[in-house]
Amino acid sequence: MSPSALILARYYLRATFRSKFAILFTAIQPILFLVLFGPLFDRSGVGSWGALVPGLLIQLALMSAGLAGFGIVLDQRFGVLERLRVTPASRTSLLLGRVLKDSVVLLVQAVLVITLGYAFGLRAPAGGVLLGLALIVMLAVGLASFSYAVALTIDQELFPPLMSTALVPLMLLSGALLPMSLAPAWLDVLSRLTPFRYVVEALRSLFTGSYTSAEVGWGVLVSVLFLLVGVLLGTRLFQRENA
Amino acid sequence: MIHAIGLTKTFETRKGAVEAVRGVRIEVAEGEIVAFLGPNGAGKTTTMRLLTTLLKPTSGTATIAGHDLFADPTGVRRRIGYVAQGATVSPMGYVGEDLEVQARLYGLRPAEARARVREVLAQLDLTGVEQRVAGSLSGGQRRRVDIAMGLLHRPALLFLDEPTTGLDPQSRANLWGHIRRLRDDEGVTVFFSTHYLDEADALCDRVLIIDHGRIVTEGTPAQLKAGIGPDATLDDVFLTVTGRELREEAVA
Repeated sequence: MSPSALILARYYLRATFRSKFAILFTAIQPILFLVLFGPLFDRSGVGSWGALVPGLLIQLALMSAGLAGFGIVLDQRFGVLERLRVTPASRTSLLLGRVLKDSVVLLVQAVLVITLGYAFGLRAPAGGVLLGLALIVMLAVGLASFSYAVALTIDQELFPPLMSTALVPLMLLSGALLPMSLAPAWLDVLSRLTPFRYVVEALRSLFTGSYTSAEVGWGVLVSVLFLLVGVLLGTRLFQRENA
Repeated sequence: MIHAIGLTKTFETRKGAVEAVRGVRIEVAEGEIVAFLGPNGAGKTTTMRLLTTLLKPTSGTATIAGHDLFADPTGVRRRIGYVAQGATVSPMGYVGEDLEVQARLYGLRPAEARARVREVLAQLDLTGVEQRVAGSLSGGQRRRVDIAMGLLHRPALLFLDEPTTGLDPQSRANLWGHIRRLRDDEGVTVFFSTHYLDEADALCDRVLIIDHGRIVTEGTPAQLKAGIGPDATLDDVFLTVTGRELREEAVA
């Protein structure tokens, strides 16, 4: 990791944690689902807290890291991005500085959601939860990079509505709220074409303590691929047009 | 300090190729203050962005502050400062912290960065603003913070894109003093664009005028004025070579 990326990550983290309210606010949707929908889900016979909390973590990742690109829209508007691009910091570190910050923020939010889950009745082994968090962080790096790539490509004003609209079907198709085992065949096929389904299923498997299942393998594979594609794409866009 | 030949930039747009810069030659010696003038859309900002590694030239060759623009853009970045048009800091950012991070990106260690930030702020009469957010500063102070950002790593060459646009006359005169001192005391070469001909006249050793992506004239203000006639002003020079008034452009 280059020093520039770490310098920037620390800087962005200080700025983000100055507004603790904002961190909580990004996590508010999964928290509301946990508190107001979780008890129903738990008694519905469809699944338990161990199935719901992994889904909410994916929802959280999409809402938090997935919308990270918004930060760069402001940096662009205030000329900050251009100023940073004239420094000798590598273009990759300009991206990774931000992405590292987003991953740490997501980690804090995920721990919050899991802790709350435990308070409500989640019973997952510590090892599974830790591995799950590692998977979530990998996913966050890919998602945030991808989000910056989109933010740097499309019209500034379009980013917030476009991204938040695109994330809703991705979240629903992942089976985050209700397991896809309930889905009709066409929806199941559609769901298998989206990346986050594999991560949700991997997390559910980890939360039940089975660490070597096929689901975990697929989830890790998809997360790693997503991370690589996201970072490559993000770096390319940070480099774009530079001499 | 700047040695650029045949620099061009063609943008591919939906309506076809647009030649924004069509083969400019720019030579700037060490320690010079050069004003870069031109009507809106003449290619001023694009040329600045080419020279500062923010845009990749379509063709040409250039050595900036001793480094090849094409082969070693990072080397160029290390030796130049660039203060863009408009803002360069977030209004929510704390001035001291933002400057320190900028200094660290140039490789300064934390203690060095802090000391250098204090030094540059003092140099620009900004002592005491470290703990304030940029949004709470006056327009003139904020512009000086922008310039401070470009000076932290002691660049040999400073690019200023319209440094005083939007400032009141007093802040403008104040900024001119700072820019002149940078050259006189520290030997910094300054290449700045402006919409104000009085600014060019007051500050620069030499003027370059660009129009339609080409350098249409260059020389010292005195040479250029003498070429037009007795009692000619830079406005007359500008009007003669571009067929337009710069002042109208400044308002537009």
